[in-house]
Amino acid sequence: MTTATKQRPTIRFRGRSFLATVLAPQMPIAEWLAELERLASRSAGYFAHRPVILDVSGLPITQRDFKDLLQALFERDIKVMGVEGADPSWLGFGMPPSVSGGKQTEIIHRPSAEPPTAGKPTFGDRAIPSLLVETPVRSGQSIIFPQGDVTVLGSVASGAEIIAGNCVHIYGTLRGRAIAGSTGNASARIFCQKFEAELIAIDGLYQTADEIDAKFRGKAIQAWLARDQMNMAVLA
Amino acid sequence: MSQVLVVTSGKGGVGKTTSTAALGAALALSGNRVAVVDFDVGLRNLDLVMGAERRVVYDLINVVQGEAKLQQALIRDKRLETLYLLPASQTRDKDALTAEGVARVMAELRDTFDWVVCDSPAGIERGAMLAMRHADVAVVVTNPEVSSVRDSDRIIGMLDAKTEKAERGEYMEKHLLLTRYDAARAERGQMLKVEDVLEILSIPLLGIIPESEAVLNASNLGCPVTLNAAESAPAKAYIDAARRLEGDVIPMVVPMERRGLMSKLFGRRAA
Repeated sequence: MTTATKQRPTIRFRGRSFLATVLAPQMPIAEWLAELERLASRSAGYFAHRPVILDVSGLPITQRDFKDLLQALFERDIKVMGVEGADPSWLGFGMPPSVSGGKQTEIIHRPSAEPPTAGKPTFGDRAIPSLLVETPVRSGQSIIFPQGDVTVLGSVASGAEIIAGNCVHIYGTLRGRAIAGSTGNASARIFCQKFEAELIAIDGLYQTADEIDAKFRGKAIQAWLARDQMNMAVLA
Repeated sequence: MSQVLVVTSGKGGVGKTTSTAALGAALALSGNRVAVVDFDVGLRNLDLVMGAERRVVYDLINVVQGEAKLQQALIRDKRLETLYLLPASQTRDKDALTAEGVARVMAELRDTFDWVVCDSPAGIERGAMLAMRHADVAVVVTNPEVSSVRDSDRIIGMLDAKTEKAERGEYMEKHLLLTRYDAARAERGQMLKVEDVLEILSIPLLGIIPESEAVLNASNLGCPVTLNAAESAPAKAYIDAARRLEGDVIPMVVPMERRGLMSKLFGRRAA
């Protein structure tokens, strides 16, 4: 068994991506705020340490409404760390930065005030669905399956990506990107028959082709995380 | 039964127009009624390659917009009785093509011809989408270089998603035409080998067109290479490709390669 990056732990800081909660207000804002307050009151501190992105794309609001909205959220202890879809001129000094290009994931909101159900489901004992892709995945295609495993019978072309909530299995050549454990599952793995990838990632920790040891090129490999490091091994 | 064939590629300059003319002429040579349609609105070229640029009166846009009848716009080839050209407009832009208009023209062409060969513009924009939309068969033209192969892969994905046939849940027939192939340079590693291209794209191979001056000469003369220099290696490769499209089984000739490789290739004809 070989580890790919033991000697370069600093890579972690470059190769991390995070999940953030996106709040998308709806009109009328006042009613939406009231609904938000009801939700927050059921689980105190739900927003306390949570990075929040405010998505105002498509909302018919003015700069003034926008400022009021930010103020209202601030008063409710919601820290807006970025804004999506706002007019660039609204965001000046002291305002959160503009963000874009977020990926859709499923986050199930469970208010902590509700009684926990017996035997809280974990990745270990939940029935994990899987998606089977029988055709080659072509450049420009993106297969996103946050529910579980993705199995590809053909190859994944350069410029294509597979994003799975759990493991990624590729029986052809992986030339594009494979992203496993996308919804925060560090025990997910990536398997492929022939490794030529541009990028692989598990639970937000990624490595590009340049950072990966050349000895894995063209081999059947698996990749997994151990103590926040990407590990790779040739499959026997 | 009439067949609509789209000749497409991701990258420009890989030989779509040349291949459209050569395949169209080869299909017409074996007695089919063939229409070649130039979808590259704004940059028409097919009329030049077919040697009909001075005979264009009405074009595809006129027919699509109902300003001319199909019969008025079709130009009959001077050399082959069964070969017709529907030219593109140089003066209009791509937005002049409407989806309904194109659908109507394609249906009309289907009624009159055995083969409708559409020369698609490069890329993945509207013009290219409209050209592939009504196709039954696609020929993906690729050069043996990495960028061309990757863009073709993207186009194959589009053919599987954005065509009428795919939307009906049917299998879209796709073939690979490898153009400008130079076996000596492939051997030296200066371009991709046939087997590498096939491995990446995994669609069946229709033909390998060797790099040759005959193609350029034919283009300059305004005559499809299959008519101008029918004995040249590229013309033979195009004629074989056209016969394969008609369903004939013809052994693949890899330009200037050893026999051992050829047998390997046959094992590789992927689904």
